[in-house]
Amino acid sequence: MSLTLEQVRRVAHLARIEISEVEAQHTLDRLNDIFVLIEAMQAVDTKGIEPMAHAQDVAQRLRADRVTESEPFAQRTAFQAIAPETEAGLYLVPKVIE
Amino acid sequence: MKPWEVVIGIETHAQLSTRAKIFSGSSTAFGAAPNLQANAVDIALPGVLPVLNKGAVECAIRFGLAVGAKIAERSIFARKNYFYPDLPKGYQISQYELPVVVGGSLAISVGEREKLISLTRAHLEEDAGKSLHEGAGQQLHGRSGIDLNRAGTPLLEIVSEPELRSAAEAVAYARTLHALLRWIGICDGNMQEGSFRCDANVSVRPIGQAQFGTRREIKNLNSFRFLQQAIEYEVQWQIATIEEGGRVEQATVLFDPDSGETRAMRSKEDAHDYRYFPDPDLLPLLIDRPWVEQIRSQMPELPLAKRDRLIADYGLSAYDANVLTTSLELADYYEATVAAAGKANAKTCANWVMVDLAARLNKEDREIGESPVAAEQLGALIARIGDGTISTNIGRKIFDALWNGEGSSPDEIIFRQGLQQISDSSSLEALLDELLAANPAMVAEFRAGKEKAFNALVGQAMKATRGKANPQRVSELLRKKLG
Amino acid sequence: MIEHSLQAMARSLADREISSVELTQLYLDRIVRHNSGLNAFITVDPAASLAQARAADERLARGEGGPLTGIPIAHKDIFCAKDWLTTCGSKMLSNFVSPYDAAVISRFGEAGAVMLGKTNMDEFAMGSSNETSFYGPVRNPWDGSCVPGGSSGGSAAAVAARLAPAATGTDTGGSIRQPAALCNLSGLKPTYGVVSRYGMIAFASSLDQAGPLGRSAADCAILLNVMAGFDDRDSTSLDRQREDYCRELAAPAGNKPLAGLTIGLPEEFFGEGCSAEVTRLVEAAIAEYRKLGAETVAIRLPSMGLAVAAYYVIAPAEASSNLARFDGVRYGHRAADYRDLTDMYCKSRAQGFGAEVKRRILIGTYVLSHGYYDAYYLQAQRVRRLIARDFAEAFRQCDVILGPTSPSTAFKLGEKAADPVQMYLSDIYTIAVNLAGLPAISIPCGFASGLPAGLQLIGNYFSEARLLHAAHRYQQENPWHLQHPDGFA
Repeated sequence: MSLTLEQVRRVAHLARIEISEVEAQHTLDRLNDIFVLIEAMQAVDTKGIEPMAHAQDVAQRLRADRVTESEPFAQRTAFQAIAPETEAGLYLVPKVIE
Repeated sequence: MKPWEVVIGIETHAQLSTRAKIFSGSSTAFGAAPNLQANAVDIALPGVLPVLNKGAVECAIRFGLAVGAKIAERSIFARKNYFYPDLPKGYQISQYELPVVVGGSLAISVGEREKLISLTRAHLEEDAGKSLHEGAGQQLHGRSGIDLNRAGTPLLEIVSEPELRSAAEAVAYARTLHALLRWIGICDGNMQEGSFRCDANVSVRPIGQAQFGTRREIKNLNSFRFLQQAIEYEVQWQIATIEEGGRVEQATVLFDPDSGETRAMRSKEDAHDYRYFPDPDLLPLLIDRPWVEQIRSQMPELPLAKRDRLIADYGLSAYDANVLTTSLELADYYEATVAAAGKANAKTCANWVMVDLAARLNKEDREIGESPVAAEQLGALIARIGDGTISTNIGRKIFDALWNGEGSSPDEIIFRQGLQQISDSSSLEALLDELLAANPAMVAEFRAGKEKAFNALVGQAMKATRGKANPQRVSELLRKKLG
Repeated sequence: MIEHSLQAMARSLADREISSVELTQLYLDRIVRHNSGLNAFITVDPAASLAQARAADERLARGEGGPLTGIPIAHKDIFCAKDWLTTCGSKMLSNFVSPYDAAVISRFGEAGAVMLGKTNMDEFAMGSSNETSFYGPVRNPWDGSCVPGGSSGGSAAAVAARLAPAATGTDTGGSIRQPAALCNLSGLKPTYGVVSRYGMIAFASSLDQAGPLGRSAADCAILLNVMAGFDDRDSTSLDRQREDYCRELAAPAGNKPLAGLTIGLPEEFFGEGCSAEVTRLVEAAIAEYRKLGAETVAIRLPSMGLAVAAYYVIAPAEASSNLARFDGVRYGHRAADYRDLTDMYCKSRAQGFGAEVKRRILIGTYVLSHGYYDAYYLQAQRVRRLIARDFAEAFRQCDVILGPTSPSTAFKLGEKAADPVQMYLSDIYTIAVNLAGLPAISIPCGFASGLPAGLQLIGNYFSEARLLHAAHRYQQENPWHLQHPDGFA
């Protein structure tokens, strides 16, 4: 199986990565090489095998329903010091259209 | 014109009443200044990780028990991937293939008719933040502002089967669900603050057709009135579209309360390829039987069971029982009133709670929990009316006194103000003899057949005793004397 | 001093032969002298390091020092460190000064270790040669024309050139072990869940695990004692009884210190695909292990050939989602010009990420997308289980598994950079361990044409102490690890 240019463009858009035509073609070639490697796995019979999502077979631990934050203003100041654009405590972005 | 059948399914997002967020230790309190309740996990700094809040799981279990659903012994958190500025991680943690609550049902009533609506599932997920636009005192220079205080607030998404057949049924479903969530204490139900939001999936089909029509999803309806208006508009629009030869396309739409219309959303969301997969940062949620049983033992009696019991035990009408079980607080108040007044006065208690108390609360815009008159006080008052110590009218005065904090118990007020009803014949007879002697003209009018004169005489007697005379006793004695 | 083991260094500090400030300055000076040629560090902050050293000296003066108090440690730039630039080797985070400390950073801080600097790495840990870093490639101290391995290449080069006594790394598919092998170091990837991932910038969450890179197994044991431990902020952190990973190293050894140890030799690790010279060195090491009393047994890991394929589905899938938070809204790179919100996302991410990272995001996005999920992602997870079962089966026959760490010694800079598939295959022996979540260590086993080679010991879950012991006994008799590159006086 190999990918098409259109699929590369679609996936790049889903991932919100701008991609030029030249890059798309180059990426397509590389991805197809990689998918050859991945295809090795396709032929394996895995019927009845439970998918393994985690390295350990453990249950989720639960946190107590307790508020742990105590210095909201200092925290916000520290977090927003590294933000590209803020105003009145808000993170600013280009206008969101619904 | 063909007759059409309306098919509606509802997805509800209920914010759960936990103190902290579902995956972080930030507060969920409403109304803080922007981003003051957004910690490292909520703003998705690089490297941070989620840990599940036990309180949120307990809320889900309570809900599952309340609707007779299956509580999954093992459920999985998944990532729903999409880009949006109010979604800091670029994915929402939700449950997809294995939700925590499966099935169950909710009984609704529309008019006199009852109907059981099946639930598909309920799953835990995190809320997103909010995008704010210009206005509301914000100068954002044509940009949107992102507030992540709400990001990570626990949500229970409750999905109904498409078994609702009208806007009225949809509203009845939403109201019943809303009341139930509050009843079991897992959601404050505050719709203005967005604690309870509905999406309605609406389609129409010719009656008799087995297969569903194409549905459109109306997003984010945060009042029952909007839910009703939006569905009514949408149904009428879909029918008109088809009858005019058009086709309904699957779409997500928003309701505009100003125009009363629905419109398709402008942003197209990538044809919804959310790329769900199990969240590797969260392990399977395991819920064992003992935990479920422990929560079951802490559950309040559910509304329907309580309603039936009120009818059976207290002889209330179905209507009264329904009204008294609209909220757990009201039902508890009523039962505490009966406990103080005695079961024999149960019906009187219902009247007082539903009429006198309700009117007064309504006038002052208070919740039942804020009533200055405690159920025990009201019950004691009703007991005194029931045993004839005071009249209903005096009872209302004492109720006012209690409401205004002018006494701690009805008995104390009765005693202090000497409000005991005068029922004994000897003192009443002496009073009436005086009255008849002083009002010969009225006596004559009565004898001439004017019933009004009789009532006037009773009024005089009540006035003379400042309302304390037992009015029934007064008329009995008066008739005898004039007889 | 720079050839002192960590234990000897700690003794010198405790005995006041040298202060932490002096020791830290010694390494800072070496970094100034040699880093420009190696490019091992992205950030050093002498003032901050020396302040920590002074605090450590006070602690030592009070007699409250521990095994790492006052010792400078270099940290891979994947660990968030408060007030330190934390780039993860990416332009995306080239302006990210972390407002908080990772669990690993906190634990070293509590132990009194001095933070010496942040080391270079493949961008977001995606790479096996350190050539994908936004900050440029790292050179191998043994041969400047070769790569140091990756993704923890900066940490490995720093320790190999003695610019740091020890360093931290992370290992998602071999990123500690492979650079250890290529730089003549000892590097341990612990059992998944032993070291907290909190504050470690995620690449593939179900595979990532932090671990030590040191000059010896004994040094790694001391570092792991500090790094390991339960953290309630990480749902996958395992709540286990604390253990002392040094406990077996100090025990007196007879002439057969590994008697009773059964070593499994998987035939899949000794076939074609591995260079002849590496195979020869590993086989010589096996003979040494027999001399130490270990028994060997041939085993099979039949699904091993599928590991790379499964890995290159699972790791990119998780990465595509983990890296979605880098959107230019709350921190990190934001494009200067854009039309609207979507354009801001697309440009910021296109500019902020390098080619390899983008490639993996695209692979991950694709394998999770509608219609491909079952065929790729679910199938990879099933294969993952087959691989884990292979190991479980093998550990019924042996205590540890031995093989090469990397199929070759260090390769030339640029040699594989243009061919991702060749690059991916350099992790062929390390990847399966991450899929199963097992612990493994790479230790030096000799030289071929002047370049070091590594052997890998893989253990069952939580067998770190046993692996360290088996590595340490070998190093006592075969001191390859004491050799260090010339030219870094």
